Amino acid sequence: MKNSFLMRNPSVLIFLGLLALFTLAVTLMSEATGAGLISTSFVKTLGKTLCLCLIAIAMDLVWGYTGILSLGHFAFFGLGGYMIGMWLMYERTRQIVEASLANAEIPPTPQEVSDAIGTQIFGVVGGSDFPAIWAFADSLTIQLILVVAVPGLLALIFGWLAFRSRVTGVYLSILTQAMTLALALYLFQNDSGLRGNNGLSGLQNLPGADGIPQSVVSIWFFWASALALALGYLLAAFVVSGKFGSVIRGIRDDEARVRFLGYSVEGYKLFIFVITAMISGIAGALYYPQAGIINPAEIAPIASIYLAVWVAIGGRGRLYGAVIGAALVSLVSTWFTGGQVPDLPLGFTTIKWVDWWQVLLGLSFVLVTLFAPKGIGGLFDLLDGIRSPKRHGAPLGPDAGALREREAQE
Amino acid sequence: MTILKSTLAGAMVLTMSLPAFAAEDTIKVGVLHSLSGTMAISETTLKDTMLMLIDEQNAKGGVLGKQLEAVVVDPASDWPLFAEKARELLTVQDVDVMFGCWTSVSRKSVLPVIEELNGLLFYPVQYEGEESSKNVFYTGAAPNQQAIPATDYFLDELGVEKFALLGTDYVYPRTTNNILESYLKSKGIAEEDIFVNYTPFGHSDWSKIVADVVALGADGKKVGVISTINGDANIGFYKELAAAGISADDIPVVAFSVGEEELSGLDTTNLVGHLAAWNYFQSAESDLNDEFVAAWKAKMGDERVTNDPMEAHYIGFNMWVNAVEAAGTTDVDAVSTAMIGQEYPNLTGGTAVMLPNHHLAKPVLIGEIQADGQFDIISQTAEVPGDAWTDFLPESAVLKSDWKDLGCGMYNTETKSCVQLKSNY
Amino acid sequence: MRPFLTLFGAAILLALSLPVQAGPVQDILQEHGAIIEKSSRKTIEPAIDALANSGLPQAQQVLEDWQAKDMWLRKEDGLFFKGEVLPSKAIRLSDFDTGEVVGEADKTALKQLKPNSGIRALIATALVQFQLSDPDPARRAEALIAITRAPDASTLAPLRGSIEGEVDPGLKARKLRLERLLTISFDPDEAARIGAIESFAGDLGVDVRAALNPILTTKRRVFAGDPPGDLNIARMLKPGSDALPEAEAYDLIVAAKLGPPRLTPDDLRAAMLANIENGAVGGVPVAELSTDAARIRAYAALANAGAVPAAVTDAQAAEAVKAHRFADIYDEPSKPVTDAASATLSAVETKVALNQALDLGLDALSLASIYFLAAIGLAITFGVMGVINMAHGEFIMMGAYTGYVVQQLIPNYTLSIIVAIPMAFAVTFGAGVAMERLVIRWLYSRPLETLLATFGISIALQQIAKNIFGTQARPLTSPGWLDGAWVLNDVVSISYIRIAIFVLALIFLGFFLFLMKKTRLGLETRAVTQNPRMAASMGINPDRVNMLTFGLGSGIAGIAGVAIGLYAKVTSELGADYIVQSFMTVVVGGVGNIWGTLLGATMIGSLQKGIEWLNPSNTLAAQTYMIIFIIIFIQFRPRGIIALKGRAAGD
Repeated sequence: MKNSFLMRNPSVLIFLGLLALFTLAVTLMSEATGAGLISTSFVKTLGKTLCLCLIAIAMDLVWGYTGILSLGHFAFFGLGGYMIGMWLMYERTRQIVEASLANAEIPPTPQEVSDAIGTQIFGVVGGSDFPAIWAFADSLTIQLILVVAVPGLLALIFGWLAFRSRVTGVYLSILTQAMTLALALYLFQNDSGLRGNNGLSGLQNLPGADGIPQSVVSIWFFWASALALALGYLLAAFVVSGKFGSVIRGIRDDEARVRFLGYSVEGYKLFIFVITAMISGIAGALYYPQAGIINPAEIAPIASIYLAVWVAIGGRGRLYGAVIGAALVSLVSTWFTGGQVPDLPLGFTTIKWVDWWQVLLGLSFVLVTLFAPKGIGGLFDLLDGIRSPKRHGAPLGPDAGALREREAQE
Repeated sequence: MTILKSTLAGAMVLTMSLPAFAAEDTIKVGVLHSLSGTMAISETTLKDTMLMLIDEQNAKGGVLGKQLEAVVVDPASDWPLFAEKARELLTVQDVDVMFGCWTSVSRKSVLPVIEELNGLLFYPVQYEGEESSKNVFYTGAAPNQQAIPATDYFLDELGVEKFALLGTDYVYPRTTNNILESYLKSKGIAEEDIFVNYTPFGHSDWSKIVADVVALGADGKKVGVISTINGDANIGFYKELAAAGISADDIPVVAFSVGEEELSGLDTTNLVGHLAAWNYFQSAESDLNDEFVAAWKAKMGDERVTNDPMEAHYIGFNMWVNAVEAAGTTDVDAVSTAMIGQEYPNLTGGTAVMLPNHHLAKPVLIGEIQADGQFDIISQTAEVPGDAWTDFLPESAVLKSDWKDLGCGMYNTETKSCVQLKSNY
Repeated sequence: MRPFLTLFGAAILLALSLPVQAGPVQDILQEHGAIIEKSSRKTIEPAIDALANSGLPQAQQVLEDWQAKDMWLRKEDGLFFKGEVLPSKAIRLSDFDTGEVVGEADKTALKQLKPNSGIRALIATALVQFQLSDPDPARRAEALIAITRAPDASTLAPLRGSIEGEVDPGLKARKLRLERLLTISFDPDEAARIGAIESFAGDLGVDVRAALNPILTTKRRVFAGDPPGDLNIARMLKPGSDALPEAEAYDLIVAAKLGPPRLTPDDLRAAMLANIENGAVGGVPVAELSTDAARIRAYAALANAGAVPAAVTDAQAAEAVKAHRFADIYDEPSKPVTDAASATLSAVETKVALNQALDLGLDALSLASIYFLAAIGLAITFGVMGVINMAHGEFIMMGAYTGYVVQQLIPNYTLSIIVAIPMAFAVTFGAGVAMERLVIRWLYSRPLETLLATFGISIALQQIAKNIFGTQARPLTSPGWLDGAWVLNDVVSISYIRIAIFVLALIFLGFFLFLMKKTRLGLETRAVTQNPRMAASMGINPDRVNMLTFGLGSGIAGIAGVAIGLYAKVTSELGADYIVQSFMTVVVGGVGNIWGTLLGATMIGSLQKGIEWLNPSNTLAAQTYMIIFIIIFIQFRPRGIIALKGRAAGD
């Protein structure tokens, strides 16, 4: 079965091969193996980019394949990060506190230990009590389960409510955006118990791994991210390949027709929404220990819109398109905002890329939407010799997805 | 894709090391301030200050006979990016010292990186305290150098008996208000006479909050507002205050985050008499300050103003230069040791001293807002030594920071042990 | 005086270092020179009193100069002068006693005395006696303000004395009111106080409550038996009730030193630390002291051995509480006065609450009108045309910046606003039309992609604004006649600028209704919205109609920008702050219906204010809960408050 699935989808094999090659190449060039061609900070950037590719795949599933333009997937990404961050922070602080209290003349009571940890973690934001949501922070297993469970549960509740009352299209987009905003605002409050605007920090220091240099830790996370991306890609490819994939594409193209054919449209949509939320949570849980800090600004609605833009630029409705879009835009973005791009003198004025990069990015969205609805992935169609029929601008249907074009060809 | 990424990586390394070819043997100074995003408004000024200071030092012949070279990066108001850029500066660029950060969260983001790689950071902004890192020198005010003297001024000079603590909801106002609450209680102000409110960043609808503050006056006590409102939100707040006709003589407002820069965004005629507490005002009268202001205006234009964090960088940078000269090397540990005890004249007159807890001793100034957007300095204390751990919160009253004798930034004086060598991020 | 005059001539030449003949004022100033120079409210009073009570004719002038920061100290000889800053930056000094100019001096040779506002208030109080009967009504008003700000027993007599001679009826009324307020606080005669208190029945003024509340302050006290009869008891308290939980009651007993304190975890720990013997405390090995139970056991053992005082048990504490009486005692000894004050206050309390609700209602209405104004353009482009314009917020921003630019060119605030409003409309109308022509019209069939494309435009516009105007907020100042607030009473007030925004919102509502219902363009717009092909076949040009409608919606956003900039701030992020709220307003209200938008704005505005009222210390929470409420609301009314029915609803 697996063989035949892979045989039918040669792009999956190609992608996995390239990813493996890339991982290997980066590892060999990294500081961890001594070559030092790639700095640790760049390994971290690449590792984070892989996580972004993973959430882009989730976004592609939910938007490119199912037609739900969710502007809330970064909320799930952030939640995943918070869940793992709580354990990282608690455990690191616990070790410090226990080492320090061990010097005391009389052994501390459990209450004293917990108070000391609380003071260390929340003292910064003016508190010392543990909020209820930290109840499981001492257990890695439970927090790892929560990494998928919390985003999944939120997606389940939100999706069930929204799909049940048949909120679709633009309305759903705005509603998901509202959800993200509400979550971000909630986390911004100190009272939320997750350290407000400061968020959780120092996540790159793994508890109990003090002696291991960051160059090695960064490679661990790089591998983990690559593995997660590979598995996520496989899962997504599997989901969209069979009959299930046909049904969700059908929902994207005409929801009412699929419903009249007897499919439970809400069930399919809910499944996709929840599973992508879980994938996003995992991506976030791998991303933030590499970034070192998570705070509510990460969840701001604009992040989710960027996510949609990556997928649009990469090419909706094809998984590798999402990966290309996410990797390309985020890396180029890093490069331009890094302040290292030479200024462009125009005679009368000098273009500073730090200032003008956003303008360029914004205009490129417009151009891609207007002139290349298939995104960069569309280039691969050119290689394959697939061309759009000349329809003089008349759309094929309500939402001209990439794969549909191919189906029309066959 | 692999090719693409390695090309990118190559390009990055190449462009980043370009200036290095020009001058082989230089001392690199990293500047880590946001040039885009929400914090660019405040931080760009500090980048320009640093460039000006470095140029001036190079004109004087540099440091240790070498020229200084500024390496400017843009963390884009994105907190995780601060950590990434700091790592880049330390490992790829090999800078000897960094000047940067504004918000507390950006500092907390950078801390693990510089402690891991043993970097050196000068942090120029007033902050909430409760921290002392071996690798950071805090040239801005700790709470006892800004908040506590300003509160004393309210209590003693203005006779305020009831306090409204208004702040933006993030860590600096939260911690500062916590400290102030416990300080006010120790001064005999009852809990019900302290009104606390937190608003989001960029809040604009202030009518209800201003009405609440006015209503506080109903029990016949003099009301004062201590504002830790950040950035843009101040504009709406002061506009509403002016519209409600609240004069500084009725309900005085003292702000900890409003300086000359912020006031240039609004018409101050209705705000005359409200207060701000800083360690520096542009209107300070000293020859050094006149020179500094003139140099700044010559470089940036006549309408530009100077402010407190700029003075912090001025002191921090010059102390670093002297410490490097004293140590004879740019090695971080040697420079850190030489930094402690460094003295440098303030722009406001007097001398700043770097203390063993990596904070400065600086005078505290209180100024009244004038119609031209400047401050009239009405009170100036002697130098106040910065206190990393406040004495007004029970958990931190027992803590002490001393990098000279104790070699610890978080020393528990009760148990006589170092709680942790790294800082709490 | 002659020798002085010759000296004066020389002074202009020498400018400095002149021996000045000391006069009586200078003598007083010199006597208190140290405290004047120190300039602290806590120590300054003798200097002010000496001047005020000196009986010198110059005293008033000196105090007023001092208050106005016009007093300078000559460093060289420590003499005080009135100083006047000349255009040449030099200071012209004149003598306080004679009022004559003594010369000019450089700033560096002098020190300006800057009394802080606390000292200025003290000076103002000292000046009251001179100013109350001053011929200038403005001075008299100043004196009244000084009394209001710092009511003081010493001002009661001069105030009473000045009422008789007051000619200005307005000032006389204020004086009479002030006199009654001061009587409440400072008159020794009980009957007069009660009379004054009762005369304020039903008065909403903050100053009245500020005078009455201090009378009613209480202290919570504990008594071994019944409280002594000479105390003015506010209420007796029953331990264990909500007003006084048992634990607090015992704390009172401890504070009054009527019982031993309870054992806190810190004390317990300290006792352990102090009594470690041979690796054990009270027979319990140190290693086992990691639980509270073990520590208490060790403590009990220590107490038995007499090393520490026995801890108070819960039963003992309960017994002690039972044995004592607790009461709130008024600080004011006279019962009739406190009774009258509390009667007057409680009568006014309901009225205050009602007025506070009214004030909150006004705030909510104002917020609603701001949301409505921000959303009305969107109601046209999104509601009528079905186009998602994420750049709508940036059109608001463009309008605000247009206002700023116009204000730079036209310094007159009133005129500049009158010019700015049509300018903002024109600029954003043009931008809207351009955007519709270049981008949106190609995407009418792909609404989700319109969202992305317009988002791209939005971030590009935001960044362009940053590049042009910088990230610093820009001032947009409202004309003077919009300053201040409409004050109904001390509780209810609303700023004029908010009223102006409210009026503007009403005008636009009317304009929109007129346009849609009564004009040709409105008819065509409605036709194109319902069925573009059919409309086209009726001779309507859908392209043109779409373009104009979109331009109109954008133009209104521009005007909203000017209004919002006036009351808040002008930054490049101005639009982004309002975009989500605007979409919510339209969606909650119901797409395609202006009344829906109005209802949506009202609902969101009042909801937000309502939640703020419930939770006054955290405005951020109000926003969070509001959004959650909206999400839930949409579940039940997915098409908004007013949903279109039939074919027009489309799908």
